[in-house]
Amino acid sequence: MTGWRARLLFFLALLLGWQALYSLHVWPPYLFPSSWSVATSLGLGFADGSFPLAILVSLRRILIGYAISLVVGVPLGLLIGRVRLLQETLGTVILGLQALPSICWLPLAILWFGLSEKAILFVVVMGAVLSICLSAVDGVRNTPPLFLRAARTMGAEGWPLYWRVILPAALPAIITGMKLGWSFAWRSLMAGELLYVSLGLGQLLTLGRELNDMGRVMAVMLVIVMLGLTVDRLLFAPAERRVRERWGLNLGS
Amino acid sequence: MNPKLEVVGIRKVFATRRRTTEALGGVSFNVEAGEFVCVLGPSGCGKSTLLNVIAGLERPTQGEVRMDGAPVLAPGRDRVVIFQEAALFPWLTVRSNVQFGLRLLSLSARERERRVEEYLELVGMRGFERVYIHEISGGMKQRVALARALALNPQVLLMDEPFAALDAQSRDTLHAELQSIWAQTGTTILFVTHNVREALVLGTRVLLMSARPGRIKHEYPVRIPRPRHIEDYALVDAAQEVLADLREEVLRAEEEVGYDRLAR
Repeated sequence: MTGWRARLLFFLALLLGWQALYSLHVWPPYLFPSSWSVATSLGLGFADGSFPLAILVSLRRILIGYAISLVVGVPLGLLIGRVRLLQETLGTVILGLQALPSICWLPLAILWFGLSEKAILFVVVMGAVLSICLSAVDGVRNTPPLFLRAARTMGAEGWPLYWRVILPAALPAIITGMKLGWSFAWRSLMAGELLYVSLGLGQLLTLGRELNDMGRVMAVMLVIVMLGLTVDRLLFAPAERRVRERWGLNLGS
Repeated sequence: MNPKLEVVGIRKVFATRRRTTEALGGVSFNVEAGEFVCVLGPSGCGKSTLLNVIAGLERPTQGEVRMDGAPVLAPGRDRVVIFQEAALFPWLTVRSNVQFGLRLLSLSARERERRVEEYLELVGMRGFERVYIHEISGGMKQRVALARALALNPQVLLMDEPFAALDAQSRDTLHAELQSIWAQTGTTILFVTHNVREALVLGTRVLLMSARPGRIKHEYPVRIPRPRHIEDYALVDAAQEVLADLREEVLRAEEEVGYDRLAR
């Protein structure tokens, strides 16, 4: 018994365990809600339109923020990976900034942009752009020297060498960076929305806490998990698999 | 008239902070148009370095390489290299790999396609055009690499132990095919190997290199009729003499490695 059947049974057991724990009344229901009340909150949230609205607001933010991160991060990484001087200067700064959790940019963002959409986008971009950029740098720097030498003896130099050899050789690393960047963007957005009230899923969480509505809090958390998983499974996993297969990187697995 | 390729007094010294190593100690020889010259030497004698210098991938410390009388300063498609690992691009199909160098030339799409077909036919890889590189065997990869190089009509084809990583059967087949391809195309070939019989099967002339610092120690013309096979009596006989000569250099090379270890 493997695959989806094992998984289904596992989640059923998890649900049953939850319900059993709830029935023991170890914690009061407002701290540990029943699975049923979470499901009800989930249904209610979708019925009264508050969840779909929050999802749309959050998705819009992450799409804009992520798009900016890609447009800035990938070309910047490709450039830094190839230019030694940039790598030793700008590259070091980016590596250092990556140690800073992106939510630490929020105070600065609020002072710069005020309590606006821009501030939260800024936090999302700062969360995603660095890892996207660094992965592109790695991809470029790890181009097998043999490929470069072979291409050069066939007369490829300069731009054609970059476009036809270095870029495709870096593609698997770039896609890994895009995937990483997406999950960082998602985390940054949720952290930002939690701290800074303005619609979105993060605000729904804060609202649930303020109303002492634990069922609602958990329902929103479920929605966040589902959204993150869906994008990863539908978008990034297939792209990554295709590239790895084509490049012959995961043979035997 | 100038020889096709002139190698004049090439020295190559690698210097690190700890020590300097003289890889090539003044290598000189000529290759005439249409020749198939094998450079034979013990491992670590600087054969590959020599090939890289001729290819223009490395600059010599001293000396000069000339193609048709003109000094070599950079890599170029008149001297395409085939490496031990085929160095095909995994993100491209067999066809696109063969097209790689051609795309950099101003050729019509039709001419490009014609050359791809011609050279895939020559190396016996028609029918594999749409296949990706990780789906074919090591021997097939080297065939595609050969087609990719020949499609550019290089003045000299430089081969750096291209069959060393293959199994004996594939190597045998490729020895036969490379001889016939050379006979058909008339391409000048410089082939580097550490295998005496391989050198004798392929070359019109064998240049034996000494242990580090590498120099040309002896030159053996090979007059065995073609097509040659690695088990031919005449060839096995001829190999004895060369082998004794080579063994001396292998021992010298090993001694040097031994001293290096002691010195550390």
